[in-house]
Amino acid sequence: MARFTSGDSVTVRRAFPPGHVRTPYYIRGKSGHVERVLDSFANPEELAYGRDGLPKRPLYRVRFAQSRVWPDYSGAPGDTLDVELYEHWLEPAGEESA
Amino acid sequence: MTEAGRMHHDMGGQEAGPVQQAAHSHPDWEKRVDALMMLLSNNKRRLIGVDEMRRGIESLGKDSYTKLTYYERWTASITQNLIEKGIINSDELGRKMAEMEAHAKAGGGRIGETD
Repeated sequence: MARFTSGDSVTVRRAFPPGHVRTPYYIRGKSGHVERVLDSFANPEELAYGRDGLPKRPLYRVRFAQSRVWPDYSGAPGDTLDVELYEHWLEPAGEESA
Repeated sequence: MTEAGRMHHDMGGQEAGPVQQAAHSHPDWEKRVDALMMLLSNNKRRLIGVDEMRRGIESLGKDSYTKLTYYERWTASITQNLIEKGIINSDELGRKMAEMEAHAKAGGGRIGETD
């Protein structure tokens, strides 16, 4: 079942594996909170190579403060960015390495 | 590549200039490529999944990715996936391409077209 729940603070792993990955480069290492747990889906990082993608992985909509994503962000201070991320890319916040 | 670990296609947040907002039309061949992908991926066939399609595009390498247009990248990935799955092979594809090229050079219209 899903490891995180709505409201949990999470940090995106700073990982750079080769191959097809579904976590944008710019969000790796950033922290936000789970806006909602979406559902579980076959892992696209496996499906990309013709495998079945099972077991299904929980997918989360994670909300980030724009000012924490972009160092030079000049928009309104309350602006946020939502990114949908699979569970294996997330750690509990506080384990951020950079 | 200036940042370690960033693959070329993963360009969110990179400097890209203004967004081109003017509408543009698509030539027929692009519509055919789109239709082909829809047919290959529909529930009846499921021959190429969207993730396999993306993986093929991401594997192009920076030079090809930059040089090719959007639907040319689709064509490259569809081709790669169909060869990998044994649905077509390189030899028959190469022969067909040569045939098409010869036909075009002879002044013919595109094969299969009735205009």
